[in-house]
Amino acid sequence: MVRFIFKQESKITLIAFILIIAGLMLRFFSYTGAGNTALIAATLIAMLPIGIKAYQALIMKVFSIELLVSIAVIGALFIGEYVESSAVTFLFLFGSYLEARTLEKTRSSIKELTDMAPQEANLIQPDGSRKVIDADEVEIGDRIAILPGGMIPVDGKAVNGEAKINEAAVSGESVPVSKMSGDQVFSGTILDSGYLEIKAEKVGDDTTFSKIIELVEEAQDSKSNAERFLDRFSQYYTPGVLILSIIVWAITRDLHLAITFLVIACPGALVIGAPVSNVAGIGNGAKNGSLIKGGEVIEKLSKVDTLVFDKTGTLTKGRPEVTDFKVLKGDKEELIGLIGKLEKASEHHLGRAITEFAEDTRDLSAYTMDHASGVKGRGIAGSVNGHSIIAGNRKMMKEHGIVIADNIEDYALNREKKGNTAIFAAVDSELLAVISIADKIRDDAKEALETMRENGVKHIVMLTGDNRHTASAVAEELGIDEVHAELLPEDKVRHVKRLKSEGRVISMAGDGINDAPAIASADVGLAMGKGGTDISMETADVVLMADRLNQYAHALSLSKSTMRNMKQNIIIALVTVALLLAGVLMGGVNLAIGMFVHEASVLIVIFNGMRLIKFKP
Amino acid sequence: MMSNVTMQLETLSCPTCIKKIEGALLKTAGVESAKLMFNASKAKAEYDPEKVTADELKGVVEKLGYEVLKVKEA
Repeated sequence: MVRFIFKQESKITLIAFILIIAGLMLRFFSYTGAGNTALIAATLIAMLPIGIKAYQALIMKVFSIELLVSIAVIGALFIGEYVESSAVTFLFLFGSYLEARTLEKTRSSIKELTDMAPQEANLIQPDGSRKVIDADEVEIGDRIAILPGGMIPVDGKAVNGEAKINEAAVSGESVPVSKMSGDQVFSGTILDSGYLEIKAEKVGDDTTFSKIIELVEEAQDSKSNAERFLDRFSQYYTPGVLILSIIVWAITRDLHLAITFLVIACPGALVIGAPVSNVAGIGNGAKNGSLIKGGEVIEKLSKVDTLVFDKTGTLTKGRPEVTDFKVLKGDKEELIGLIGKLEKASEHHLGRAITEFAEDTRDLSAYTMDHASGVKGRGIAGSVNGHSIIAGNRKMMKEHGIVIADNIEDYALNREKKGNTAIFAAVDSELLAVISIADKIRDDAKEALETMRENGVKHIVMLTGDNRHTASAVAEELGIDEVHAELLPEDKVRHVKRLKSEGRVISMAGDGINDAPAIASADVGLAMGKGGTDISMETADVVLMADRLNQYAHALSLSKSTMRNMKQNIIIALVTVALLLAGVLMGGVNLAIGMFVHEASVLIVIFNGMRLIKFKP
Repeated sequence: MMSNVTMQLETLSCPTCIKKIEGALLKTAGVESAKLMFNASKAKAEYDPEKVTADELKGVVEKLGYEVLKVKEA
C-alpha cells in the first residue's frame, strides 16, 4: 500500500493540481463551499505521501522536513486556510519531483559509467563455434572473441589477433591504443578496429571496471567535514524550528504566523547544497580519469600547497627509452637494424629499450642472427648478418679491446650528466654508435606542474630512490624546488612527515608499492593507477586512471571549484532563509509564497552544483 | 560467518530516507551493519544468515515503500 502511494506520487501531484485549479475557480464564481471541498480534497490527497514519510521518519527518531510540512498543513486546515494548505502540499510534492529529476542529472556522470558496463560476451566454445552469452556468465579461463565496435566483457589477456582499443572507460583517455597477443585488456573498453581473442582472467565484480564504479559510488557518498557538520546541524535545526514556531505561537497567539514560520525555516537547500556539489565534482573527476575518493578528499585537496612526487613511474614514464642514437660512421638505419636484432637476445631492460626503438624503424625479421651471448653487467656480443657486433658499457668495450676516442668519451659523459645511460656499439671491432637510454619525463609533466603552480601550489618536492645524477637532471628540467635522491621507502615517509610538520598541506603522488607508505602518510595520497593495480587503488585518496599528470592538475583545480561551489550553495541557502524570515516578520510572505521560494532555492543550488559536471579547468 | 547483501533501489531523492532505511535494517534481528549509499541508491547490509535472509531484508526495505530493483549477495 505504502509502495503504491509512493509510486503514484507524480499522479497524486497532478490530481492535487487539478483539484486546486477547480477549487479556485469554484471559489472565484462564489461557490465557496464546493471550492473549499475541492481544496481540502487536494490537501488530503497530497498529504498522503508526505504524511507517510513524516511518520516513517519519526519512528526512526528523525525529524524530517516532511514532518514540519505536515504540521504546518494540519495547522492551516485547522484555521481554515484551505488555499494555503493545498498550495503548500502541492508545491512541496512538485518541488520534490523536480528535485528528484535534477538530482538525477548531477549523478549522470556515474550513471553514464554504469551504463557503459558490458552486457554480453561472444564466447568461443571448445569446438570453435561462437555463442553470445551474458557478460555476467563469463568464467575465468573462457575464450572470448571481440569484434570491431564490440565491448570487452571481462579483464583478461589477448591471446590472438591484433586491434586498436579505446580504453576511455578505465583510463579517461580516448586515443585508441594498440593491443596484441600477450597484452592486458580491460572490461568496459571498446575495440575500435581489428580483431582480438582474449582469455578471461577477472570476471564479474572483480574487473577493474566494476571496481572503478564501486569506488566512485562510495566516493560520492563519503561525506566531507562540511557535510557532516550540516548533517549534525540539521539534526538540531529541524526540531529547533519546531520549538521556535511553538514559541512564536505562544507569544503572538497567531497560529497563521507560527505555521508560516514553520514552513519557511525548512532546511531543504542547506541540506542538499553541499552533497550536490560533491557528487557533481566527483562525477566530473571520474569522467576525466581522476578518481577522487569522497568529499573529504576534495576538501583537503583544495587546500594542498605542497606537491611531493616520486620520480620513476610518476614524473617519468617508468620505462627506459632510447633518447638518442648517435652514429659515428656508416648508415644509421642499417646500424639500428643490426644492433636492434642483436639486443633481441638480451634480457636486460636496456636491451629491450633498444629493440623496441629498432622495431619502430626497421623490420627486424629481415635480419638473421647467428649467435649471441649476454655478459652480465657488461652488455651483449654476437653475430648478425655475418657482422660481429658488440654492445655494452665501457667495461664491455675495454674487454673486447675496442678503443673509445676522447671526443666520444666526452659526448657519452655529457649524455650521462643529462640523466642517460650510454651504451656503446661496435661492428666488426670498430666503434660505430653511442646509444643514450633514459627513463623519459612524461610528456605532460612540465605543463601539468606549471598549471598546478598557477593554481596555488607553492612548493614542489621530488623524492626518489634513483641516483643523484638522474634525479637532478629531471628536477632541473621540470623546475622542481626540492630534491632528495637515493632514498629508501622509509626515508620518503620521513620527508613527508617533515614537510607536514613545517605546516604544509601535502599531496604525495607515487606509483609502486614502495611509495605506498609515503602515500598513506601524506594529507592527500595520489596513485598512478594505470592497469588498476589493487594496492594503489585502495591506499590512495586520488587515483589517476591514465597516469597522466594533467589529470592531477585537473583534480586539483576541480577540488577548488567544488569547494567554491559548495560555499556558494550554503550562502544561497542561508540568504534565502534569512530573506524569508524577514519577509514573514514584516508581513507579505504567506505559507504558499514561503514554500514556493523555498523549493526554488533548492532547485537553484542543484542547478549551481550541476555546473560542475561540465567543469573544465 | 556474516553474509553481505547489496540492494539496488529505485532512485532515492530525499536525504531523510537514508536514516529511515538504515534504521529499519539495523532494527531487524540478525543485521550487523547497514549502510545506505544515497547517490548510488544502494543499500548494503552485513547480516547473520542463520537469523535472517537477504529476501527478508528486501522485504524490510519494500515495506518502507521503496522499490528494490536488484539484490546481490556476496
